[in-house]
Amino acid sequence: MIRVELPAHLRTLARVKGGEVMLEVAGPVTIQSLLDALEAAYPVLQGAIRDHGTLRRRPFIRFFACSEDLSHEPPDSLLPVAVASGAEPLIILGAIAGG
Amino acid sequence: MSHVRVLVGTRKGAFILTADGKREDWEISGPHFAGWEIYHIKGSPVDPNRIFASQSSGWFGQVIQRSNDGGKTWEAVGNKFAYDGVPGTHQWYDGTAHPWEFKRVWHLEPSLTEADMVYAGVEDAALFRSTDAGQTWEEISGLRKHGTGPHWQPGAGGMCLHTIILDPSNTGRIYIAISAAGAFRTDDGGATWKPINKGLYSKYIPDPTAEVGHCVHHVAMHRSRPNVLFMQKHWDVMRSDDAGDYWQEVSGNLPTDFGFVIDVHAHEPETIYVVPIKSDGEHFPLDGKLRVYRSRVGGNEWEPLTNGLPQSDCYVNVLRDAMAVDTLDSCGVYFGTTGGQVYASADAGDTWKPIVRDLPAVLSVEVQTLP
Repeated sequence: MIRVELPAHLRTLARVKGGEVMLEVAGPVTIQSLLDALEAAYPVLQGAIRDHGTLRRRPFIRFFACSEDLSHEPPDSLLPVAVASGAEPLIILGAIAGG
Repeated sequence: MSHVRVLVGTRKGAFILTADGKREDWEISGPHFAGWEIYHIKGSPVDPNRIFASQSSGWFGQVIQRSNDGGKTWEAVGNKFAYDGVPGTHQWYDGTAHPWEFKRVWHLEPSLTEADMVYAGVEDAALFRSTDAGQTWEEISGLRKHGTGPHWQPGAGGMCLHTIILDPSNTGRIYIAISAAGAFRTDDGGATWKPINKGLYSKYIPDPTAEVGHCVHHVAMHRSRPNVLFMQKHWDVMRSDDAGDYWQEVSGNLPTDFGFVIDVHAHEPETIYVVPIKSDGEHFPLDGKLRVYRSRVGGNEWEPLTNGLPQSDCYVNVLRDAMAVDTLDSCGVYFGTTGGQVYASADAGDTWKPIVRDLPAVLSVEVQTLP
């Protein structure tokens, strides 16, 4: 299972209990395939992390894992093995902005 | 006994204020959607327990919420607002062409006749409609494509479609207003549109009498006279007696004719309300005195309403969608401020009381009058 940590506002929106979401991801584990699985499990998150249509990451959303900022990696690049194995979560967070 | 439900959108959530017909003792629920901007929240006239809310965030984008039980429980519905076809460009602040980009929903206007139909006015300016209670949205693209769209330009708050008025006597007629493009009307349900800005004079644009480019802040109509419109423009209060074909200024003796809100008494179609704001550079009341001005003759002659409102050191603003009226026999008038106060008058403006004083900045106020 893949572990995903969501920002508090999106946990509330998706009515997620607890801190992390557990997902099954078919095939290679990439940002794109992980977000596809996340949005399939929680359709209310469509448009909240990446734009409808273009599927581009929203400007103030960041992806962190294994102490690395993966926000600017191509969506189809493989996530770290530790994320794919479930040892570490992919952290989705809202960037600090606006004070 | 009748009662009222006041729907308040703020910078940090929605609040629902309820009272019986006396409008003295209020219950406050919220914050709903805490931490999110609620640009607008409005109930269906067909099914008052169906309420739609526009929830948005600079981080997480747009969410539309729907309640079927008067705001007790909510369900997120469709948030995909895709412009029809290739969106094209409008003017940017510096006059260059800028691609149309969806940012948020400013205003939700439920249908007067169908509980599942609701209109959404969005930034960048466009009109959308849902016929399945908000699950899916389709642009009424005749507005954006009628010809003047490439010349529209954002106001300071963005290029927003903020006003939607449905004509109760003519299902094909809709009025909308955009900052800073102006007012527009369709007579065929949205297929074709025309600018209705003749008579407006805006000295801050290159051609003060241009067909489009006017910063219309809000428009109001009384349902008994759908051809009569009242407008608070960036500067100037205006009225039209021919469905917007021509406007005349009715600012009259107002101490300043800048402002955002305008509304009409529920039972007196010539009684209108505005909240004069000192200037576009200052965005607070003149002399630190929060005054609603009422005209009982459709404009030009205005009286200040101050009883119960702060008359010193008040520097709040009242934003364009933050005034509403109820339809009880003694018409109630409500408005919210950027200081978080919601004021109510149960006697058509003669006296005022704050329902609540310390909410986040108020973006919108709507009222439902319930049996």
